[in-house]
Amino acid sequence: MDIIVLLKQVPSTESMIEIADDGVSIKPDGIKWILNPYDEFAVEEALRIREAQGGSVTIISAGPEKAAEAVRTALAMGADKGVLITDPALKNYDGLGTAKVLAQAVKELPHDLIIAGQRAVDDDNYLVGAAVAEKLGLPLISMVFQEEIQDGRITCHKTVDGGSVVVEAALPVLFTTQKGLNEPRYASLPGIMKAKKKPLDTKSLADLGVDPVEVGDPKTKVKSLKTPPERTAGRMIEGESSTEKAAALVKALHEEAKVI
Amino acid sequence: MSNVILVIADQTDGQFRKVTYEALSEGKKIASANGFELVAVVLGSNVAEAAGTLGQYGADRVMVADNPGLADFSSAAYGEVISGLIEKEAPELVLFGATVQGKELSACLAARCDAALATDCIAISWENGVATATRPIYGGKVLAAVQLDGSPGMVSLRPNAMEIVQSEGAGVVESIDVTLTDPPVKLLEKNMETGKIDITEADAVVAGGRGMGGSDYAVIEKLAQVLGGAVGASRAAVDEGWRSHADQVGQTGKVVSPSLYIACGISGAIQHLAGMSSAKVIVAINKDPEAPIFLKSDYGVVGDLFELVPAITEEVDKLKS
Repeated sequence: MDIIVLLKQVPSTESMIEIADDGVSIKPDGIKWILNPYDEFAVEEALRIREAQGGSVTIISAGPEKAAEAVRTALAMGADKGVLITDPALKNYDGLGTAKVLAQAVKELPHDLIIAGQRAVDDDNYLVGAAVAEKLGLPLISMVFQEEIQDGRITCHKTVDGGSVVVEAALPVLFTTQKGLNEPRYASLPGIMKAKKKPLDTKSLADLGVDPVEVGDPKTKVKSLKTPPERTAGRMIEGESSTEKAAALVKALHEEAKVI
Repeated sequence: MSNVILVIADQTDGQFRKVTYEALSEGKKIASANGFELVAVVLGSNVAEAAGTLGQYGADRVMVADNPGLADFSSAAYGEVISGLIEKEAPELVLFGATVQGKELSACLAARCDAALATDCIAISWENGVATATRPIYGGKVLAAVQLDGSPGMVSLRPNAMEIVQSEGAGVVESIDVTLTDPPVKLLEKNMETGKIDITEADAVVAGGRGMGGSDYAVIEKLAQVLGGAVGASRAAVDEGWRSHADQVGQTGKVVSPSLYIACGISGAIQHLAGMSSAKVIVAINKDPEAPIFLKSDYGVVGDLFELVPAITEEVDKLKS
């Protein structure tokens, strides 16, 4: 079973995000960069499938050189090899452009299964996994929190609006992860040492035979970033007892805020 | 220029989600200002009757694909029908609700039609033939204004972010001829929680965090019930296994914009605040007067949530009866 995991490096969710002077990007200072949490589920699930069925796990990421750290983390968790697509032209790519590049990189490798995070927690786009499946003509199964592979078919439990469903498809497929799929392992110290020797290929768009202009002309352009209106502390509800406080709160919500 | 705006309706058993009306209302604003035609698109099985009602939200035409093979959502089948329609109608804009289904469908269609997509938006503008959408990123810590080039531009709209405005459209129902190929992904089983309001669509959300101390959310559920709202949870509570991930509010869960958000026993980590700070009114209940959540709340109550929440429930009950 040859498994490919698509991966992105993102700011940790605990990071404060500040807008840079150019108004369209964020300040890199003070940000802790991590492996996107949903992609971490993808890495873990790929490792478990490989452990059960044999095969290989290849990590593919498109991003700045710095993203190699996140690929190394996945290698330290146990993945076999990594491919980092990095190119100055990538900076302006939107989700769709990135998906085209990733799809091209996947095409060059054997693949029975592709796993991606349902979304990256930076741009919250929910696009890349689905778009890669579409570009490769593979069935897409999104938001999977449980899966089983048998005789070349995959059965997945996935989140839908208002509940969950169980679906089945013949491999190869691309599925995206939902929380609950697994508890990702930590990279062990020996794992980290081993990861340093594992192959991590860096490729440019030219190496992939991708025309940066044709693929990369972004159809979505960020024109400006702003911070949402800051919320400030309101009023503390006082009272002698819980009953008194509750009455005062409900009165305020009804008469002042008019939300009840 | 075909001057058409498509709104892809989102329905279950002939019941449209609120966000469908919100998308139609928003589409109508742009259509009216620019002389465009607003076309609703309904896919499903036995949905023709329900489709006729969408004229009340401004749809000039309602295109219906009624087929047993479309009874349950699949991005492959729905994508096939809608991409055919996009080719035929050549719309300027295609609007979706940013539901689980809408986000998957819009992503597949954007890739298939090579179109610009802005996901989970809270505003759209249309000026001089260019659509610009506002979308929260980094879990709501930043708002991005995104320009969509080329047509169609695709936008999915965050539930609860826009107003529903009734307006009279002709609502002429036309049927779409459907030929479906065998779906690559087969549905084996459905486990639906009927009657449950999703936290992204609820008008009131009562959320419990680490202060709940366990999986017994009875007090929270009762308050949510009298408010006609839904139950949410912090990441801490979900990580403990007290609540399902579907209820998680925050950067790695859902971003919610209800009229009223009541945070119970939630300290207010930055990633949680990102998920709820677009609520209209925030109430925090916490026994720690120093909890950071009080700094972001319109009303704060210090005390034991297990005493306060039932007392609040009783007061709301009194008010409503």
